[in-house]
Amino acid sequence: MNFSNETLKELYRLMVSVRHVDQAAVSWQRQGLLPAYAPELGQEAAQVGSGYVVDTSRDFVFPTYREMGVARAMGVDMVEYMSTHKATWHGGMYNPVETRLAPIQAVVGGSVLHAVGWAHGARLNGPDDDGTYPVAMTYFGDGASSQGDVHEAMNFAAVMAAPVVFFVQNNGWAISVPTERQVAGGSVAARAAGYGMESVQVDGDDVVAVAEATSRAFEHARAGKGPMVVEAMTYRRGPHSTSDDPGRYRTLDQERDDAGEDPVTRLRKRLEADGVADEPFFTRAVEDAKAEAEQIRAGIEALGSRPGSEMFEYVFQESTPALHEQARQWREESEHV
Amino acid sequence: MSSMTLSRAINSGLRRALEDDPKVLLMGEDIGTLGGVFRVTDGLQKDFGAHRVMDTPLAEAGIIGTAVGLAYRGYRPVCEIQFDGFIYPGFDQIITQVAKLHYRTGGAVKMPLTIRVPFGGGIGAVEHHSESPEAYFAHTAGLRVVSCSNPQDAHTMIRQAVACDDPVMFFEPKRRYWTKGEVDEEITGQTPSIDSAAIVAAGDDVTLVTYGPLVATARDAAIAASDEGVSVEVIDLRSLSPIDFATVEASVRKTGRLVVTHEASQFGGIGAEIAASITRRCFYYLEAAPERVTGFDVPYPAAELEDHHLPDLDRMLDAVDRVMDRHNSLSGREG
Ligand SMILES: Cc1ncc(C[n+]2csc(CCOP(=O)(O)OP(=O)(O)O)c2C)c(N)n1
Ligand SMILES: [Mg+2]
Repeated sequence: MNFSNETLKELYRLMVSVRHVDQAAVSWQRQGLLPAYAPELGQEAAQVGSGYVVDTSRDFVFPTYREMGVARAMGVDMVEYMSTHKATWHGGMYNPVETRLAPIQAVVGGSVLHAVGWAHGARLNGPDDDGTYPVAMTYFGDGASSQGDVHEAMNFAAVMAAPVVFFVQNNGWAISVPTERQVAGGSVAARAAGYGMESVQVDGDDVVAVAEATSRAFEHARAGKGPMVVEAMTYRRGPHSTSDDPGRYRTLDQERDDAGEDPVTRLRKRLEADGVADEPFFTRAVEDAKAEAEQIRAGIEALGSRPGSEMFEYVFQESTPALHEQARQWREESEHV
Repeated sequence: MSSMTLSRAINSGLRRALEDDPKVLLMGEDIGTLGGVFRVTDGLQKDFGAHRVMDTPLAEAGIIGTAVGLAYRGYRPVCEIQFDGFIYPGFDQIITQVAKLHYRTGGAVKMPLTIRVPFGGGIGAVEHHSESPEAYFAHTAGLRVVSCSNPQDAHTMIRQAVACDDPVMFFEPKRRYWTKGEVDEEITGQTPSIDSAAIVAAGDDVTLVTYGPLVATARDAAIAASDEGVSVEVIDLRSLSPIDFATVEASVRKTGRLVVTHEASQFGGIGAEIAASITRRCFYYLEAAPERVTGFDVPYPAAELEDHHLPDLDRMLDAVDRVMDRHNSLSGREG
């Protein structure tokens, strides 16, 4: 697959944006604006490269808690996305139906099966007018790959020939446990063969390689050939979350050795070497990203809290008498009305 | 009207649901060619096709989890769990995902799943095939939990459950699958509503509240009590979450006495919830402390012992005697 220069530049702009917003989110947490955040430093290529391939007019994506870069590449409103880290509303306040991004999933492996069901539904509905199927893509990590749900999902998907792409970010760590203590055999992609499924393991820090591999997986699924596994080999350069202390399980030397070259720098070098972009472009990308991060920050600050009464909404389609009663009591006690 | 068994009534309800809405899908283990181990889905795959009545791989989380994904794109999956004791591999998906997604998405995503569970004991089954796990689900916000006790309700309620936009846990009293009754299949809409309780025997002295498999036993107990001059009102809850407290409250205000009975263990069960709520609502009307007649707080025992474990007519009558402050009609002991 050949990406145009414009596409390469767009991928770079996205990666720089994600890098800046991600680092900004960490500082927002330090400053007390966000209670917690799960940084994705080092995974920009894996996330942007895969998220970029999604056709938001027809596909659907099931993220984990670390897919800010995917959400950004899909054009999800970043303030609504961050609202989950702001502890405003679990799962984020963006509309999954409109954005095509399922709510943020904090249960490791929790929504992998959902993607299979969604994709099976796509098959039941029949192909779109162009004869191909919409695709569900589900993200999960090396740690999540140990969950039984992931096995069930892969087996169901293969049995049903569901158009689903299992996108694994193998970032070397599940909090403090390294991949070698997690993934027997060393590769999640290798397991696909056992399900009679195609798979590809890709350099997850090469955004072009990721985008190409993901596109091929999408083509495969769209054509009705069933599911595919894409395993992006990458590295979690930062802490697991803003409450983590990686010093307890890895040294800085280890980090430097294992991390490899920074994915953003790698793309920049490639664009420079191929004469695709020049200094003013790179400078501009950083300026835009900084401005964007500022805008998001302002948006988060303006979010405010949801009214407490909303806690009682959406439990059921229509509230129950018992819930009404609890809401009434809460109002009485909290607002003295 | 036609006469049919409770399992047939669910079958005909599922058939109507499949006919009424092309988005309704049945999924589960052995529900297709075999028609389910209890034959509840008998003939449906033949008539509606394997794409609408689907034999899934054998994995409960897989069944529920893929049903969630189908619901995301507008399907109404009806999942069969083969036996009560095998719902736990799917428990996480139900509690963590199904129950919360409508809430988490601020109402943007509906989860109109129906999860059918044959439950309860009394059929001499092997281990894990006689359990009553309903309280786990009733404890969880966002799930509706219902149980039917007779063929007409089985038919009406399964159709209402499938049509309901909330996730519904549908507990089928497996030992009553073969109970026969008249069923009107031309029901329309929501009457009686799926979350309303029903007074199945009127009485003035004691309110006996139950659901599912024990409704028939409770009715027998009411007849036996009336022979001794005690008038028992039997309430079939039908819905365990939410609970129709208004109906129970009105009855207890009249009788002043409450007995709750279920097969499930006592501790933290539906009976505890009803006793606490009704005591608060009816405190000044109560003539006696509410009584519970339940399965014991033990793992479900082997079939040779299950008759000791399951509430039966005698244990219900004992409790009636206690709240009436009467000598025990069998032992002659003081109440
Ligand atoms: C079911 C479940 N168990 C435990 C946790 C706590 N937890 C959160 S993230 C995590 C590690 C996940 O590692 P991985 O899947 O590799 O994803 P990564 O964090 O590296 O992106 C753990 C143990 C959880 N969220 N869900
Ligand atoms: Mg990991």
